[in-house]
Amino acid sequence: MYTFSKRLKIISILLFVVGAIGWGTSYLSSHGLTIEDVKILLAEENSHHGGEVSHGADTTETSHHEVKTDNEAHVAMIHSTHDSEVHTEDIRESDDHGTDAHAEHVLHQMHNRPYAALYVAAFFFFMISLGVLAFYAIQYAAQAGWSPVLFRVMEAITYYLLPGALFVLGIAWWAGDHIFIWMDPDVVAHDELIQAKAGWLNKTWFLIRGLIFITGWSLYRYFSRKFSLAQDLADLNDNSNFKNNFRISAGFLVFYIYTESIMSWDWIMSVDPHWFSTLFGWYVFASMFVSGITVIALITIYLKSKGLMEFVNDSHLHDLAKFMFAISVFWTYLWFSQFMLIWYANIPEEVTYFVTRIEDYNLPFFGMIILNFIFPFLVLMNSDYKRVPWFIVMAGIVILFGHYIDVFNMIMPATVGDRWFIGIPEISAILLFLGLFIFIVFYALSKAPLLAKGNPFIKESEHFHY
Amino acid sequence: MGSLKVIHALYTDDDVLLSAVKAVKAEKHHIEEIFTPFPVHGLDKAMGLEPTRIAIAAFMYGCVGLIVATTMMNYIMIEDWPQDIGGKPSFSYLENMPAFVPIMFELTVFFAAHLMVITFYLRSRMWPFKNAENPDSRTTDDHFLMEIPVHNNEKELKTLLTKTGAVEIHIVDKEAH
Repeated sequence: MYTFSKRLKIISILLFVVGAIGWGTSYLSSHGLTIEDVKILLAEENSHHGGEVSHGADTTETSHHEVKTDNEAHVAMIHSTHDSEVHTEDIRESDDHGTDAHAEHVLHQMHNRPYAALYVAAFFFFMISLGVLAFYAIQYAAQAGWSPVLFRVMEAITYYLLPGALFVLGIAWWAGDHIFIWMDPDVVAHDELIQAKAGWLNKTWFLIRGLIFITGWSLYRYFSRKFSLAQDLADLNDNSNFKNNFRISAGFLVFYIYTESIMSWDWIMSVDPHWFSTLFGWYVFASMFVSGITVIALITIYLKSKGLMEFVNDSHLHDLAKFMFAISVFWTYLWFSQFMLIWYANIPEEVTYFVTRIEDYNLPFFGMIILNFIFPFLVLMNSDYKRVPWFIVMAGIVILFGHYIDVFNMIMPATVGDRWFIGIPEISAILLFLGLFIFIVFYALSKAPLLAKGNPFIKESEHFHY
Repeated sequence: MGSLKVIHALYTDDDVLLSAVKAVKAEKHHIEEIFTPFPVHGLDKAMGLEPTRIAIAAFMYGCVGLIVATTMMNYIMIEDWPQDIGGKPSFSYLENMPAFVPIMFELTVFFAAHLMVITFYLRSRMWPFKNAENPDSRTTDDHFLMEIPVHNNEKELKTLLTKTGAVEIHIVDKEAH
């Protein structure tokens, strides 16, 4: 039995409070900005030859509009298409008010930033618990013999799913057109493409869909946890709870793969309402799956270091690390598949998505490949290293950071454009949800014994040996 | 070339064989070789064999494949005869890299896989037209054969092996390699 230590409780509450204060201040300060402030800022930036002041990490800014080769001319042409597409406000303004329109546009982006920062962090932690829920269901549906010793950790992480998902949906609803441009009736009125999608992309239907997903996931999580606990108390020859769990897990996985896909269109892809990718659901799935497995490994190693999970041996860690390695490669495969087809076809309305990211988000966009692919690939390749806890922890932290950046790259370009930075609002939002996540997960951990002793595969799992 | 006396003990079950190996090792006898119809999980550890280094070789072969793919395509597609494919003029390897990635991946896998198999065969001393080394053809069907060199301890070995559940025990004169 795990008891939620006072120290950890204080740390998590502290993270939450610090995050809330940090985010709150950045929210208030961004809303205090007026168009005059922005004009001064833009004037300052122009006198500094490009946007170093506001960008920090961005190095591509200066070469933005320099056209050297045919190849770049091509890209630049696409960029102009993209400009006219995203900067809808600009078009409506007459040329005389070009500077005013630009300043207003930048002001909007700066207003959006705290909302987007909060949304990215909320989604990141929510996606961890949803990924773990899918992993958990797969273990049951496959009747896996190696993993039952880890079930209680997984159940604790999925306890965050309901609050986490409600936060994401709630922030989406509250932020409205600060994140989802199609929620602004003014924009829709001037945009035929969004008008054509209004049957799907409207606020009511968006909310109803979200609630259906959350209800379905939470019902599965509720009953599966209930059966798992009941199985502990059941008679030795009574496996009915396990069998029920097997059945609902198989059913849940079907529900999950549809709803996860639709959720990723709704909650992420629709921030760029003109753009779509048919494998986007899979891509987000890979991200949440690898993040979820990584968190299982990290919490397991933490509890094992406290001497609370002696029944977890090297081979369990080895298997988790293998999954981290494998799903990192899988994520890269999907990332590249999506990128290469769009890059090769070079259709303006598609390629604008990546042009924005390569031009304005060069470092996070390509840095993410190092964090999510090259680093875990090289570090976790050797079989022996997959059994060394600190190797797993190191690779795990890099993977989690990389997948935060992945969500960042999916949301930010559509909301704040080139006004991005990982500063106070972003870090505060991460701390806020990290505190919440730790509090909820470790509270759930303390509610049941750490070994699901009634599971019919528990002996096999305890003796699991590679 | 002297001749070497070896004992051949035959088993019919992999679990029995595994516990026999442990018993023989516990008595500090050297096991020369074991012939099995299929890979027996944990046998290498029980025999005290060193872990395989084929993974390291595979990594290096993969790197060779990656380098071959990169230099080959850089020469063919960029330096020697630049072509405009799909509106993407080939003036720079890096800018056209997405198109090359699948081939880089495939050649990495191709080199790693093929060279690893060839290395494994050579390391196991298996090459074309080589005569089979297994002393009893039943080891390709359902029997397991353990080969232990004899150093004037025939009786002791025979009793030990019988106890471990060997179904047949032969003393054989073997030509030393």
